[in-house]
Amino acid sequence: MLLQEKYKALTDAAVAAGISDLAVRAQDGILYVDGTAADGATKDHLWEVYNQIDPNFTSGDLVLNVNVSVDAATTHVKVITQSSNLNIRKGPGTDQPIVGKAAHHEIITLVNRSNDLWWLVRTKDGEEGYCYAQYLEPQD
Amino acid sequence: MKTSKFLMSAVIAGTLFLASCSPKDADIQAAVQAKEAAGIAVSVAKGAVTLTGEVADDAAKAKAEEIAKAEKGVKSVVNNLTVKPAAAPVVISEDPLLTKNVADATKDFPTVKASVKDGVVTLTGEIKKASLITLMQHLSALKPKKIENKLTVK
Repeated sequence: MLLQEKYKALTDAAVAAGISDLAVRAQDGILYVDGTAADGATKDHLWEVYNQIDPNFTSGDLVLNVNVSVDAATTHVKVITQSSNLNIRKGPGTDQPIVGKAAHHEIITLVNRSNDLWWLVRTKDGEEGYCYAQYLEPQD
Repeated sequence: MKTSKFLMSAVIAGTLFLASCSPKDADIQAAVQAKEAAGIAVSVAKGAVTLTGEVADDAAKAKAEEIAKAEKGVKSVVNNLTVKPAAAPVVISEDPLLTKNVADATKDFPTVKASVKDGVVTLTGEIKKASLITLMQHLSALKPKKIENKLTVK
């Protein structure tokens, strides 16, 4: 079966959800779905659809890269770890020393997003450093 | 002299004849538009058809022109259709960068082991079902070629 057919419910859901810059490309037997979602709930919904088509993601024939759009004017982010505190590091990488921590669900100041994966943030106490962007949710 | 006069009148007569029974621009427009694919705009002025819009490839562009030319009453076709640029190939991260980023992404999942080779991220070990989506989301953002998930889901 063609990959595009196997994952049709997913790409249809992406179109219905208004994913911007949506790109669906097949290359070397793997389907790549890229785009930008308006919010985290939309992204999670697509992952649920993916999980229904390929339970536990064991097929290895799809790379779903949908990021949540961040308004250029965004100044605050919420820590969305599962329950733990989030490390704030001196530089962008887990090999970098920890310079502070942000609490679960704490809202902190976003300073800079020049690195896609690690955003520069500042806490209420004035601690500044890099956090893993996947654990940060933009606030209006 | 006589011949040229005759020719002249023949041309005039012919022109009148043609003008009287050639289809009107609006009719040509409707007929061509109905035959063209969606996304192609057709305009007609004095039998000259102009095609605008975006099509998938060169073949579609040529076909659209053929359709217009074949229509009765069409004198010329200006093909202003543009061909949609081909999708850019998928960019895959180089192994050194991917290896570093995968290490960062999996750090919070101590029961997961990850290796990287030729852009393929292979996951072994075990994971709680609730954490699997989070891990996959994090890894998928790193532009891997493929994620080979051999994790035991608890």
